[in-house]
Amino acid sequence: MSSVPKISLKGVTKSFGDKHVLAGIDLDITAGESMVIIGGSGTGKSVLLKCILGLMKPDAGEILIDGQPADSGNRDEFLSRFGMLFQGGALFDSLPVWHNVAFRLRQGSDRLSKAEARDLAILKLRRVGLKPEVADLFPAELSGGMQKRVGLARAIAAEPEIIFFDEPTTGLDPIMAGVINELIREIVVEMGATAMTITHDMSSVRAIADKVAMIHDGRVQWTGPIGKIDASGDPYLDQFINARADGPIESVR
Amino acid sequence: MAALAVFENFLASIGRSTLALLASIGRLAIFTGATLSHIVRGPYYLRELGLQLLRIGYFSLPVVGLTTLFTGGALALQIYAGGARFNAESVVPSIVAIGMVRELGPVLAGLMVAGRVASSIAAELGTMRVTEQIDALTTLSTNPMKYLVVPRVVAAALVMPLLVLVGNIIGIMGGYLVGVTRLGFNSATYVQNTVDFLVIGDVTSGLIKAAVFGFILGLMGCYNGYYSGRGAQGVGQATTNAVVSASILILSINYLLTELLFPA
Repeated sequence: MSSVPKISLKGVTKSFGDKHVLAGIDLDITAGESMVIIGGSGTGKSVLLKCILGLMKPDAGEILIDGQPADSGNRDEFLSRFGMLFQGGALFDSLPVWHNVAFRLRQGSDRLSKAEARDLAILKLRRVGLKPEVADLFPAELSGGMQKRVGLARAIAAEPEIIFFDEPTTGLDPIMAGVINELIREIVVEMGATAMTITHDMSSVRAIADKVAMIHDGRVQWTGPIGKIDASGDPYLDQFINARADGPIESVR
Repeated sequence: MAALAVFENFLASIGRSTLALLASIGRLAIFTGATLSHIVRGPYYLRELGLQLLRIGYFSLPVVGLTTLFTGGALALQIYAGGARFNAESVVPSIVAIGMVRELGPVLAGLMVAGRVASSIAAELGTMRVTEQIDALTTLSTNPMKYLVVPRVVAAALVMPLLVLVGNIIGIMGGYLVGVTRLGFNSATYVQNTVDFLVIGDVTSGLIKAAVFGFILGLMGCYNGYYSGRGAQGVGQATTNAVVSASILILSINYLLTELLFPA
């Protein structure tokens, strides 16, 4: 295994006005590993993902992908290595499901023909448990769970090296959340991709993670393998994973 | 001391407003520059452009047609009533034509299309921003400026002259209908007077204005939608801002263009 981490964050900071959302994040993610980032609402988990993808510019710090700065080189090539499942799906309302799934494959000079892209989209839809009939529907015609599956199919369509999952189970019933968690785990293992998931759903954490990092006060409070999460001895992590109101993390009542 | 503190707060609020205004102007200038730069550099999304030409152009025809039809008719009545004060009723056909083609056609079409299109673009892009669809485009290696902004701005700038051309014809027809049926003009004389007094420069100046107004309303719709605030309130505010800013810019730039095209 290569000693260079797939994703390496060194002292990443990001502030919005007086609010220091990320106050120096240091984190390494090894290739093929499924890292789950946990933390309360508003602790900057989504901001961290957006900084890695270049959707936001960090104020300071370094983001390295395979040892290379994320902001160097060709941007399209850089982004083609990533897939992302957005919290709300972020499916394009004006395009049918198959075109959403195959969107990336229909861009650029070596884009697939419409028929090829549609066939591939149907294949990916099958992989996430959706029937081919769904391909010609529009996102607004789908349930929340189906939209997540389509978002997942889109994230994996171009077989990226790195996949980000932003709150993959938010807004889903427990059974559908379980199905999505299983799908994510299966797909990540099957593709051998490096995955980074942000969530505050502990069932997701246990189903998806190889490693866990907890963010608190803009820094990585604890990081380690999923197997050690219950015996970490970290009072912040203990309070979070056991959903206790009392503890070092202040809660507004 | 209390009075000094109030005065300091007053000065601070002026300072904050000025800085916010300058920041907005700067952001709009950068957005405009980026749009122009993406217009001259590919790749181009022709399917999107075609879709926008249809949405902005074809579907705006009824609004522009009705607006210019009634304005042409009202203009004929007004010019007839005003001209009657110094026995100049016969100028109705020529003034209706010049007024429509040079001024009212482009301005009214610009304002109506700003209301219909700039608002819809701002709401669409604003919703896409709020639901992270714009971020999703970026992660799918697609530049949102090229995919969303350029087709809309270019389509608006291309179709506005065509809309105004159609609107001019309908407006002049509105004047003709009122002139012939209500004001007693001879049909052939009305048409002859319209054609005789209208020169090609009148038409082209109106079409130049229309293209500029199209660019402005497309740009303001995209800019306000692209930088929409969060939630339903943010999208609502973006929509309002798009229409208000496009309308004010159309009216003020119309004056500047008129000065430029028809110097006193």
